[in-house]
Amino acid sequence: MSAARDEILGKIRGSLGRGPLTGDSAAKLEARLANHPVGIIPRRSEGLDRKGLTKLFEDQAIEIATTVERVSSLADVPKAVADYLARFNLPAEFAAAPDPLVDKVPWGERPLLKLKRGKPSPTDAVGLSVGFCAIAETGTLMMLSGPDNPSTLNFLPDDHIVILPASRVVGPMEAAWRRLRESRGGTAVGPTMPRTVNFITGPSRTGDIEQKLEMGAHGPRRQHILIVEDESLA
Amino acid sequence: MESTASAFKDNAHDALGNKHLQSALDKMRAGFPQRRLDAIGKLPEFEDLREQGREIKNHVLENLDWYLERFERNVTAAGGHVHWARTPEEARQLILGLCRKLGARTVTKGKTMIAEEIGLNDFLEAEGVIPIETDLGEYIIQLRREPPSHIIAPAIHLTKGQVEETFREIHTSLPADRNLEEPRSLVAEARTMLRDKFLKADVGITGANFLIAETGTSVIVTNEGNGDLTQLLPKAHIVVASLEKIVPTLEDAAALLRLLARSATGQDMSVYTTFSTGPRRAEDPDGPGEYHVVLLDNGRSALLGSEFQDMLRCIRCGACMNHCPVYGAIGGHAYGWVYPGPMGAVLTPSLIGIENAKHLPNASTFCGKCESVCPMKIPLPKMMRHYREREWQKRLSPPVARLGLKLWAFLALRPPLYHFFYAIAAQVLGLLGKRQGSFYNLPLAGAWTSTRDMPAPQGRSFQELWHQREKKKAA
Amino acid sequence: MSDSTSAKPRVGLFVTCLVDLFRPSVGFAAVKLIEEAGCTVEVPGLQTCCGQPAYNSGDRADAAAVARRTIVLFEGFDYVVVPSGSCGGMIKEHYTELLQDDPPWHARAKAVAERTWELMAFIHDVRGMRRVAARYDGVVTYHDSCSGLRELGVKRQPRALLGSVEGLKLKELPGAETCCGFGGTFCVKYPEISDKMVEAKAEDVLATGADTLLAGDMGCLMNMAGKLRRMRTEAGARPTRVRHVAEVLAGMTDEPPIGEAGQ
Repeated sequence: MSAARDEILGKIRGSLGRGPLTGDSAAKLEARLANHPVGIIPRRSEGLDRKGLTKLFEDQAIEIATTVERVSSLADVPKAVADYLARFNLPAEFAAAPDPLVDKVPWGERPLLKLKRGKPSPTDAVGLSVGFCAIAETGTLMMLSGPDNPSTLNFLPDDHIVILPASRVVGPMEAAWRRLRESRGGTAVGPTMPRTVNFITGPSRTGDIEQKLEMGAHGPRRQHILIVEDESLA
Repeated sequence: MESTASAFKDNAHDALGNKHLQSALDKMRAGFPQRRLDAIGKLPEFEDLREQGREIKNHVLENLDWYLERFERNVTAAGGHVHWARTPEEARQLILGLCRKLGARTVTKGKTMIAEEIGLNDFLEAEGVIPIETDLGEYIIQLRREPPSHIIAPAIHLTKGQVEETFREIHTSLPADRNLEEPRSLVAEARTMLRDKFLKADVGITGANFLIAETGTSVIVTNEGNGDLTQLLPKAHIVVASLEKIVPTLEDAAALLRLLARSATGQDMSVYTTFSTGPRRAEDPDGPGEYHVVLLDNGRSALLGSEFQDMLRCIRCGACMNHCPVYGAIGGHAYGWVYPGPMGAVLTPSLIGIENAKHLPNASTFCGKCESVCPMKIPLPKMMRHYREREWQKRLSPPVARLGLKLWAFLALRPPLYHFFYAIAAQVLGLLGKRQGSFYNLPLAGAWTSTRDMPAPQGRSFQELWHQREKKKAA
Repeated sequence: MSDSTSAKPRVGLFVTCLVDLFRPSVGFAAVKLIEEAGCTVEVPGLQTCCGQPAYNSGDRADAAAVARRTIVLFEGFDYVVVPSGSCGGMIKEHYTELLQDDPPWHARAKAVAERTWELMAFIHDVRGMRRVAARYDGVVTYHDSCSGLRELGVKRQPRALLGSVEGLKLKELPGAETCCGFGGTFCVKYPEISDKMVEAKAEDVLATGADTLLAGDMGCLMNMAGKLRRMRTEAGARPTRVRHVAEVLAGMTDEPPIGEAGQ
């Protein structure tokens, strides 16, 4: 409806007492977008080394009811997953993301574990994905849509397990955006921006009934993170 | 949504007598403010972040047209579509048109106040497209056919007993003897009932907390994950959002997100903060095949450049109503429309006209608590006062009130007359009230004395006594 | 006139409508405190109202007229001191907004605003008073009036000064910063809502077990005193003594508390 569009833009300009922005004014706005300046970053998420970032992330995640386990390398993942499933009396099967990192896990060490690669069906109780990165400031996972990690894995299963290399933990959300842009050749605009970027901070919950917090409203009841500390893992 | 804002006094009266509501409000008053304090107590930068938030949004509003065009360009570049709606009617028709083209029978919905504003649900239902609210609070009030009473916690006015009653009434396929004592079982039941609806929906409609110009992205913030199932699973994702939701960059969104959850619920981040850009890419295994953003004006463009422009900085956190003693006494429905509490007292007259919402800016003591907790530093009492000024100019205030004030001003500008009446009033009322010290009943002051005693004056005015004393000293 | 008098700052007391009509003893207590703080006090005889009722009702024209009169009356003083956060806030924070379209008056308003102080803030922050010589036997709880708190930053000062009163025990009021429901014309325009708010406040006061309630604003005080009295009458319980904080700090508590009859 371009009539509506023109009228709305015209009304905005009329209210602001000017015409469309051109020349220097427009150039300034272009520059601001291109530079995407970073504002105030809370001190608690700045200047931390890898150890500090991992610790902060873990502390923050635990505070919001995420469960966290540190493993030394991908070789420890099969046992960690098997133990997790056993702890909650879950069948030894799960939907796993096609992510290349999942291929590198020696699943053969736990032959009873059944992996189904790809996006989950509505009846898959457990999902396993790989985190793109994580934000230590708030204990938040950053998950990108795409063939490697179907977004539905983040939401449909009751239990969601995420493999997160420690090298992928950053301080603030701004650093996560920087990572995303870098991974897309410098800019994430248009088709290079993932369709869905999920920032996940704990399991699903609601306080809508008498302010009493309950887990598992519509998304996963439990959120589990395996932090893989192997220094060589990017 | 139809407004009953004109019936504010009656609504408030009912609310004050509603035991369920009062019990629910007691819980709200005990919860939200403390949680917010705990959250911001852990963040020393919070005050600076408020100032930064104000600057970002003011910058956007000054350049809103440019940013909207850039947003549109980037949505299109990502394969999405932007539609512009001047009025609620246009927005409804646009959304219906999209639903029809997609052959939609059911539509899941994330929580969006804009959809309430344009009366979307009733309209779609009448046109044969079934909308299903998925936010738990919204789901409950949809079943009860009630409007939301809070912009973050729409069912906050209900007790768990009332929720149980509704579930038993509507979820008839489940065993009647099931135990629904605990909130946990109510949540679990809603999860089961709605999961099926999520999977079958043809279209998902969400709002947007932010629209990012840099990337053509819409942002939603939920704790439940319902917004994500709404926007991921169906054939199409429709975003309905008002113009002022724009922020320039991903970093600006990060800055504002630091304010949002802390101010709303006392969380550092809501559980799911989701950035959606266009439809699924060719290589994506999941995601909606189409992405549409319906941009709604409905009065926002007129607020720009006016004394109400600051209202457009609102990020819909709800902190103002969580802390407002008036909202805390009467709840959200009394405000009669989509937006309750202090932000509603300004936004409702802004969108539906002050003539239709006369009481809202008046039902405030100007205590200033709202402004002090607003993460975007919106001067809410000041704007309420501006609406009172408009009412005064348009003679919308009750004649008795106008007369009383005119009389007061008349006296205040004529000191000898003022002091004369003062001296009389002090003596007469002082004498009449001397025995008890207060009045149990005072003619013309029934509004006060029906529930409170009125303290009596001490008997002489201060200025009278002072000048007598000064005269004696000089003598 | 001696030399020492001319060295002291000259304070113009803006007594406020409610103190003027209902409780002159607050005015005299304010004068005593200001003099104790080393100033001379004058009370311009032509003062009436600060204009807030008109301002908050949207009647800018009348409010501005009243404001101009007030500015004329008080602009000759070194300080303007007000025993009320609400009237003090009107002069200090809102006169400039009210007269913003009239540059000469705006400048005069600004000059007066800079010299206007709420009473507690004046004696504590400006004059550096940390102690008073008064004595008061009782358990006191304190309500923070909204305008004083949020517009003028009055919070620590009354508590610090009350802490120096011999015999006085201060018990913090839960929800001290929550509005009492007075709000000027609000309490008569929306009496039911106002009553709910003051009832909650009264319950909080009673729950502290304090025998005395203090605050710095007559509007709040009359509202809370009126409600406490009505609740007491209906429950046959003992009354809470309600006073303006200046009365206690000045050691002038001979007059009956607000709403009580003389003995």
